[in-house]
Amino acid sequence: MEMDLLQRFEAYIASDKKIEPKDWMPDAYRKTLIRQISQHAHSEIVGMLPEGNWISRAPSLKRKAILMAKVQDEAGHGLYLYSACETLGVQRDDTIADLHSGKAKYSSIFNYPTLNWADIGAIGWLVDGAAIMNQVPLCKCSYGPYARAMVRVCKEESFHQRQGFQIMMTMAGGTEDQKAMAQDALNRWWWPSLMMFGPPDDDSPNSAQSMAWNIKRFSNDELREKFVDLTVPQADLLGLTIPDPDLKWNEETGHYEFGEIDWSEFKRVVSGHGPCNKERIETRRTAWDNGEWVRDAANAHAEKRAARRAAADTAAA
Amino acid sequence: MDARFDYLLRLGDDALILGQQLGLWTGHGPALEEDIALTNIGLDQIGQARAWLTLAGRIEGQGRDEDRLAYFRDQAEFRNALLCERPNGHFGDTIVRQFLFDTYAVGLHEGLSRSSDPEIAAIARKSAKESAYHLRHSRAWMVRLGDGTEESHAKVQQSLDDLLPYVGDLFHSDEATQNAAVEGWGVDPAELREGWEARFNEMLDESGLTCPESVPEQTGGRVGRHTEQLSFLLAEMQVLPRTYPDAQW
Ligand SMILES: [Fe+2]
Ligand SMILES: [Fe+2]
Repeated sequence: MEMDLLQRFEAYIASDKKIEPKDWMPDAYRKTLIRQISQHAHSEIVGMLPEGNWISRAPSLKRKAILMAKVQDEAGHGLYLYSACETLGVQRDDTIADLHSGKAKYSSIFNYPTLNWADIGAIGWLVDGAAIMNQVPLCKCSYGPYARAMVRVCKEESFHQRQGFQIMMTMAGGTEDQKAMAQDALNRWWWPSLMMFGPPDDDSPNSAQSMAWNIKRFSNDELREKFVDLTVPQADLLGLTIPDPDLKWNEETGHYEFGEIDWSEFKRVVSGHGPCNKERIETRRTAWDNGEWVRDAANAHAEKRAARRAAADTAAA
Repeated sequence: MDARFDYLLRLGDDALILGQQLGLWTGHGPALEEDIALTNIGLDQIGQARAWLTLAGRIEGQGRDEDRLAYFRDQAEFRNALLCERPNGHFGDTIVRQFLFDTYAVGLHEGLSRSSDPEIAAIARKSAKESAYHLRHSRAWMVRLGDGTEESHAKVQQSLDDLLPYVGDLFHSDEATQNAAVEGWGVDPAELREGWEARFNEMLDESGLTCPESVPEQTGGRVGRHTEQLSFLLAEMQVLPRTYPDAQW
């Protein structure tokens, strides 16, 4: 019996059919998806904070509106993803509790601070840019609800990337102070952005299985290379310098070669010791705790209202 | 100077200050859905502020655009009602502030959509749809919090008691607003009070919240006499354009 199910599952994967919530799936597949989708959801939510940091100081009303809309989109992404996660049998509140307890991870890029307005440009350009690179292949991933959530997310991500690049254009083409801010932002966000694709392929233990299950379509290093190839000419266009002295075009391979990534920094940040890890989680926890009386009130009111209706119905009957 | 300039600043500044404050909730709401809703309302407010301030600047004819007006005026030049600058506080405080404002805004926008000035009427018609949605949202929360738990009831009652003194400022009436009504391009806020009270009392009935017999009023926003909070709010909002006055963003 189990064998038939497994065979059917594998046949689905082999023929690129979508696995749906009601379909049988191996436990390890379910667990991998829960881990990945919840991490992804948490990244959207924690990712609201570094950018939200500049909403109150956006330098024009138009930029303020765009930034609010952008950060609000990320909240929406979080919602779709928590819902996709619920189709695998885990409740949103429990998933969130794992984030707050430190049990669940989120993209470590959001543990870096936003220090000047150009950081908002750099995040849109590089971080949303890298996210698109990671997420476009996920639109075809084998788990139906995740793939469908990604289609909606990716549509919005390209607007995020564009507004970020636009800010960078304005800053890089602006006053000396603005140019300096743009370069400073690129200096600080470049390497963490490359780390967003995850550890190198020879040090990425779960990748092979995820590729076999069609959750992952390209390896970390492949996506990273694609990102560098796409982004370097954009930096040139901006007139900004990528902070990598080893960066050079390789005519033979048709790709850029880039310097050694400091994986010890990556590990440090992932394990909780980046510049803002504590602050980010603390902020999320505080928002959640401060909201408890509000959520309780909403639940209590809904129950009372249902009870009042039921009583009215009985009286009428 | 064209009387419409000062009148439009009042409209624009209310929306701007509220939008600025609602933006601070992004990422910090009690639930994701509320994060999205508060940001949405904030976005509408910023959109309205842009429309009113752009029109104000054009009518003034001194070359000031929405950003010049938002970022390069000092607190005494702001014309928002005091209610709008009251701090976010906790979720209940924000909801009460918004509810008290929304109940005023729906009447205001409805009235202004019949303005003899087609530009004012057009902005008001768009704003009226938004404020109707804002009121549905804030009203629903007034009822949820008022009816919900003992704790939420006590908290939101306190918010209401704290903020009610600032309601009167919304209905500030002077020669300018009276002329606006006579000339037909504006609404005299004093005329909106009755409608406001009807909507307010309906909410009291449903939420179980109460309103004290007499409420002492705090006023001054419409003539640029503000609370201490406003200059902090502006310092934060205006920091970049003021620090780099030559920059384009
Ligand atoms: Fe996103
Ligand atoms: Fe994004």
